[in-house]
Amino acid sequence: MEKKPSSSLDYALVFGALMLLWVILSGKLDAFHLSLGLISCAAVTWMSGDLLIGAGSSLGLARRMVRLFRFLNYLLWLTWQIVLANIAVFKLAFAPRTAWQPHIVWHRTALTTDLEKFLLANSITLTPGTVTVRIFGDMLCIHAIDDVSAAGINGEMDRRIAHIFE
Amino acid sequence: MVISFLSALLILAGLVFFLGAGVGILRFPDFFSRMHAAGKGDTLSTLLIIAGFALYQMRDLGDSEASVSAVLVALKMLVIIAFLYIASATSTSALAEAGWEDGNDPVIAPKHENRLAGPPESRTAAADLNRNSTHDSQP
Amino acid sequence: MTFEHFSIGVGVALLLLMIPAMCRIVMGPTTMDRIVGANMVGTKTTVLLVIIGVIFGKVDMFIDFALTYALLNFTGAIAAARYLRHKGRRGIVLASTSEESVCERA
Repeated sequence: MEKKPSSSLDYALVFGALMLLWVILSGKLDAFHLSLGLISCAAVTWMSGDLLIGAGSSLGLARRMVRLFRFLNYLLWLTWQIVLANIAVFKLAFAPRTAWQPHIVWHRTALTTDLEKFLLANSITLTPGTVTVRIFGDMLCIHAIDDVSAAGINGEMDRRIAHIFE
Repeated sequence: MVISFLSALLILAGLVFFLGAGVGILRFPDFFSRMHAAGKGDTLSTLLIIAGFALYQMRDLGDSEASVSAVLVALKMLVIIAFLYIASATSTSALAEAGWEDGNDPVIAPKHENRLAGPPESRTAAADLNRNSTHDSQP
Repeated sequence: MTFEHFSIGVGVALLLLMIPAMCRIVMGPTTMDRIVGANMVGTKTTVLLVIIGVIFGKVDMFIDFALTYALLNFTGAIAAARYLRHKGRRGIVLASTSEESVCERA
């Protein structure tokens, strides 16, 4: 593999995650199944280990831990947003037709990498009243179902996501 | 007993949100609004119901021989939940994009500026970006 | 009332609540509507598999089916989306034509 100098830490992390998944899914802890898991996880890590966690990033273990912690924190906030979104959908579903004001808004984001944009698009889809339709470069095409939720797209989520990665 | 009650509560909440999603997918006026009901209601109700059953699996952790398999089942349910967390929103966005490309026009509410054609400040820039990005889907 | 009875009730309720999505599959004006409805039914089938496992007391077996079904459902939705977006290809025309068609419908 002479594509990119991914650090050995990358491969170790990918291998660990795959092995954990193997143990959970197989559920057998004897030597035969564990050795099968070791072989297949090593093969997958060798072939595509640089796909899972951004290739070539030379971050130390401590930075990654901080990132993971912030990401989990963000996930908690996102879960609460999903609950709010469902309450909003529930209300709208039983609301009279005049309560719906569906329209398209555009949002320019300052995030650059694909992973950040993916997170942003998924988060916008899961938060109240908005669904990401398309991404053109740094413009997001968002379908909002009423005015209040359209006003909620104001860059706060961009800041939260940027905070994870920096 | 308390755990059974809690898991029943989670499952019932999931059913209520699924009712909202079902009514929404029937009543909403256009494809994109229906994506709201399908994307959000579906995600959270599935999460809640599976989380309820996972919690119920953990009810008798005291038993020594039953606990390993019970914990494994609960962990697998957690894997399903984690997968749905990523997959549901992604497939919602992918379907919305496909609907846009397929030529579904959203119903725009009256008194709202029609911004379907592009971002308000620079329509030509968006058109250029769009023309470039139509080729990126080929592997 | 045991939890198994409760699970049967939840399964029946889930099946009844799937009816709106199935109506959307039957009525849906566009193909995408039908796919969204089918996706919704598929997600809830994952839950139904877990419930069946609880009722029969074999969750450890049925949870694998549910996991596989969730993966297949996601793959199916993505595949349908990819296929249909290459069929229509409207996005290139931005300014003039799409605006007219929206105005006459809205």
